[in-house]
Amino acid sequence: MVISPRDADDARMSTLDVRVWRGGAEGSFQSFEVPRHESQTVLDVVTHIQRVLEPALAYRFACRVGMCGSCAMTVNGVARWTCRTHVDQVAADGSLEIAPLRNLPVIRDLVADMREFFHKWAAARGAFAPTRTKRDDFARVAPESAARRAIDAAIECIGCGVCYGSCDVVTWNPDYLGPAALNRAWTLVQDVRDGARGERLAAVAGDAGCQACHTHLSCTERCPKGISPTAGIAGLKRAVAAAALRGKL
Amino acid sequence: MRRGNDLRARNHPGYWAFVVHRVSGLALAAFLPLHFWALGRALEGAGRLESFLRWTDQPLVKFAEWGIVLLLAAHFAGGLRILALEFLSWRDWQKSLAAVAAAFSLAAALAFALGL
Ligand code: SF4
Ligand code: SF4
Ligand code: FES
Repeated sequence: MVISPRDADDARMSTLDVRVWRGGAEGSFQSFEVPRHESQTVLDVVTHIQRVLEPALAYRFACRVGMCGSCAMTVNGVARWTCRTHVDQVAADGSLEIAPLRNLPVIRDLVADMREFFHKWAAARGAFAPTRTKRDDFARVAPESAARRAIDAAIECIGCGVCYGSCDVVTWNPDYLGPAALNRAWTLVQDVRDGARGERLAAVAGDAGCQACHTHLSCTERCPKGISPTAGIAGLKRAVAAAALRGKL
Repeated sequence: MRRGNDLRARNHPGYWAFVVHRVSGLALAAFLPLHFWALGRALEGAGRLESFLRWTDQPLVKFAEWGIVLLLAAHFAGGLRILALEFLSWRDWQKSLAAVAAAFSLAAALAFALGL
């Protein structure tokens, strides 16, 4: 039988060579062959491996539709939300390398320990501090105001950690609060209803805070929600500088 | 133990702009002692400066000077880019900024090379 180039192409595209991280901090990549499907996502690939080839594989997901932020992994070296990353986008040559998110301790296989990531949200004063009670009238915030627009641009964060796993400053300084926590703090600094502005600016100033950002833009490049933590961090730098000049820090 | 990223994650315009800014800054810092040494020769007398300046007329040295102008322009443009990122409200044109910085550096270096 003569194999036309087209058939050879189809045969190659009908399976994927997948290398998956196994183990914790120490470990190695294990190879799997996974059938190729149309519109297949990277999360589909991992799920196939766990259901059919290796039931002991540990990974994390919940919503499958880009809302919960639990499925982030390092795919061919780049942090991504796997449930909304199509194999077509990232595996042009039919091979995938799937590893846990960078910059976080690995619990097992593809599961990173997210605790420090969320502790840093708390450290950056990521919780809203209300100034009104239910007996007060609603706060009126004009949708077209600059502050509201700045919040709109930053508020859709799903807490996936893709930015955190992409940021070199987090690698270099493990205390750095990181793009997501600072982005969250920025939305609250812009929020006229919030009552903890001073404490929050104090919490995000300094070597482990917004001033540590090197403006690499990796977070902005990779955030699946199109958020630019770099822009929020720049805003925090200005707000911190202004507060310091007025002697309020 | 946690792992950081490799070049696959760093390969995007913002990161390259950072690398160019940092490398040009370090290279300029390395060049500064030579620059001051040359100025020092001028203080020691016109003759010594004259012989040094003749040395700088060689093609290879000329080429190196062109490189220094490129470094200066790149570092200057990179600095302007950072200032724009940090002080202007911006969102979507950050990649264009890196391109503008690169174009400016090349233009400055070319202008120098052509003796404009
Ligand atoms: S812009 Fe700042 S926070 Fe974002 S990846 Fe770069 S250093 Fe990290
Ligand atoms: S800012 Fe973007 S990348 Fe970072 S945690 Fe939020 S959604 Fe994920
Ligand atoms: S599984 Fe929820 S965001 Fe991917």
